[in-house]
Amino acid sequence: MKSMSKPVYLAAGAYTVSLGTGRPEFSPRKARPGLEHYIQEAGRATLAQINDPSHVDEGVIGNFMAARFNRQGHLGALMTIVDPALEGKPALRVEGACASGGLALASGIKSVLSGLADTVLVMGVEVQNTVKAIYCADFLAGAGWYEGERKAGHTYFFPGKFSDRAGAYAAKVGPERARAAMAHWYKNAVENARLNPSAQEFHNRVTDLVAQGLTPPNPKSFTDHLNLFDCSKVSDGAAAILVVSEEGYQRLGLTRDDVVEVVGMGHVAANLTLPPADLTEMTSCRTAAGQAKAMAGIGIEDLGVVEVHDCFTISGILSVEALGLAEPGGGADLVLSGATERTGRYPTNTGGGLVGYGHPTGATGVRMAVDLWKQLTGRAGGSQVALAKDHGILVSMGGNDKTVVSLVLRR
Amino acid sequence: MNLDTRLQNVAVVGAAGKMGSGISLLLALEMAYRALEHRDQTFVLNLIDMNDAALQSLLRYIREQAVKDAERQMNRLRGLYQDRTDLVENGEMVQEFVLEVLLHLRTGKTLALAKDALLVFEAAFEKEEIKFAIYNELAALCRPETYFLTNTSSIPLHVLTEACGIQGRMIGFHFYNPPAVQKLLEVIPPRVCDPELVALAADLARILKKKTVPANDIAGFIGNGHFMRDGLYCLREVERLAKDHGFVQAVQLVETVSRDFLLRPMGMFQLIDYVGIDVFQLILKVMDKYLDDGLHSDLIDRYLERGVKGGQLSTGAQKDGFLKYDKGRPVAIFDPGTGAYASLEAPWAREAAALLGPHPDPALTWKALQKDPAREAKLRAYFAGFANQDTLGVALARAHALASRTAALNLVASGVAQRAEDVNDVLTLGFFHLYGPVNDYL
Repeated sequence: MKSMSKPVYLAAGAYTVSLGTGRPEFSPRKARPGLEHYIQEAGRATLAQINDPSHVDEGVIGNFMAARFNRQGHLGALMTIVDPALEGKPALRVEGACASGGLALASGIKSVLSGLADTVLVMGVEVQNTVKAIYCADFLAGAGWYEGERKAGHTYFFPGKFSDRAGAYAAKVGPERARAAMAHWYKNAVENARLNPSAQEFHNRVTDLVAQGLTPPNPKSFTDHLNLFDCSKVSDGAAAILVVSEEGYQRLGLTRDDVVEVVGMGHVAANLTLPPADLTEMTSCRTAAGQAKAMAGIGIEDLGVVEVHDCFTISGILSVEALGLAEPGGGADLVLSGATERTGRYPTNTGGGLVGYGHPTGATGVRMAVDLWKQLTGRAGGSQVALAKDHGILVSMGGNDKTVVSLVLRR
Repeated sequence: MNLDTRLQNVAVVGAAGKMGSGISLLLALEMAYRALEHRDQTFVLNLIDMNDAALQSLLRYIREQAVKDAERQMNRLRGLYQDRTDLVENGEMVQEFVLEVLLHLRTGKTLALAKDALLVFEAAFEKEEIKFAIYNELAALCRPETYFLTNTSSIPLHVLTEACGIQGRMIGFHFYNPPAVQKLLEVIPPRVCDPELVALAADLARILKKKTVPANDIAGFIGNGHFMRDGLYCLREVERLAKDHGFVQAVQLVETVSRDFLLRPMGMFQLIDYVGIDVFQLILKVMDKYLDDGLHSDLIDRYLERGVKGGQLSTGAQKDGFLKYDKGRPVAIFDPGTGAYASLEAPWAREAAALLGPHPDPALTWKALQKDPAREAKLRAYFAGFANQDTLGVALARAHALASRTAALNLVASGVAQRAEDVNDVLTLGFFHLYGPVNDYL
């Protein structure tokens, strides 16, 4: 069993509003802030929580597709605009589709473990509203295998992939149960988002969310097994957090109460050219989360808070199964039982998750870490849940379960 | 010759006008999809108009709309482009589809462009002399088997066909504005009309996803047959009310009643402005010529003498007419006495509103009721409530609704419409009314 060679911590998390449809300040016809704005806003909000930005040794930024959404590469050098103190220090951009944020965390953790850095500014950013959803689908399809999958794929490529999973899951557990669980997931996501002022669904005032979630899918205009409420939205946003050693956080003027310890990490890449062996299983998520739990020496009974990658409601349900919170096929009942609600046994995606907060793809993994850090340090404000246990877990997934990073954090 | 063959070579005359642009777009899109489904065939859409700038605007409009259509139809397009290995992404297919749409278009300023067309759509300015000149030329130019689909909204078709020697080959195919959006199509077969053309018109309407309403070949047909009488009723009401209340006040009273009290999308004078006061007069003149029905308004003539015409700018923005507009909303009323607009912010406008009395149910608006599933019941209760309200507004609304119903029933009695339901369909689909004029609400 591999283990952390020394303690590593997360501190000073922050993220921006997830801008897109649903936010009153968003209009497709109005000019919007670009990458630079989001990088600076999130990065500076993190640095404002420490005594001196010059203590930052290194920067890592997760981003998926700025080269297409914004025609901008070279984000490692761009992230130095956060603060002059970053000038002349190492900085890099990492990419692993929607797990780019998770990879940025992994990269920062490895730098601290290597001893070459005590404080790493880890960020994620994505600005996607530069194009309509139909072109956004093209860009995001880059998370699949372009040469082998795109041509035959759906107009909305990833909704198409996860619609296939939802269809297979419905065949496994019964279409009504599957649909009901997906609707319930949507309801939880929006209810949590209503407590998070930065969430894209913060202003959602729909009274009967379950009824909305039960809307039958329309294969003609969208997909066979997903409706629009099953999907995370097109989002602009950024998140930032510091990965620090013990010496590192002390130098920043922080105490152990301000930080959470990274006690387990898993990281898996799976063959991009192969379709899932079983559409109702997210095996890479299961493996990565298993690695993280094993390294931390914990079981699911030790989890007080959970962050999963619900790019679609069905991925949320499959993720809780992959985490081991339910047996294969038992995720729907677990969700319907209320166990993943904020007052349930496993408070999940307490800031709204991807469906409720939004999904600025490259930022999402970092945003998950920020939400866990907030919960575990009691900084979640109106979103705060009463923690029954000391550990939290995140599963940051890229593509169709092809790159996954999982972290277990302890308060 | 079947419709599929005919759709391989089509012309639109007056292609760059308000109606012509929409018709051209519908045909251009239909042709592009046909071309993708039948790669071995050639499709040509000849777009004819009088000026180059307008034709260029038309191409721009078609290009923009083709992008939107492709985006909406992407599931279908991905299927149609399945064998094109060079087209993988949605964005690539949108670009290719736009090219496909534009590939089939030929623009020009001469009717000679329609020479090989097997279907000619005509949406020229609604003036008899113009239409006669066009059809005389087309009759000489086109093949004997060519069919003509006219968008005229007032001129009797048999007059045109007899004068131009194209009997049997013309049908009325009257789109509503904007043609690309409006679902209604008034189909008018003249007494002499090839049965094949009648069948073809029905098929074509289905292909273009339009709801057809049949009308008989009597000047004005159903749409203008009702609109002109409804408009004249309002104009006469203005003249009557002006004696007691003043002119602009009278316009305001009738406008408010026809819009808010009758729950229509716009008041009568905004609607006349939208159509154009000049066009309104032209249609009246045509109808007056063929129908002995006293279809005339001095007031309309006086406005036009003052140079006040309404209508729309090429951007689609509303030009000032009876009313003056700011960002599409009425802000003042023209006073032919002073030659100036009187602001709706002035005290007289509030006084006019007070004269009407309160709206019977302020929560009921055209907008609110549009998607209300309980609309029918709410309308019924609303009009039933008129009996208990003794206000000027309700009295005017009741009288207007009854006049509108009479105008509709007269269209059936005079043989313009076959059924009252057809008149109701035209008003609800073509004019976006919430209810047909023939109802038992009052």
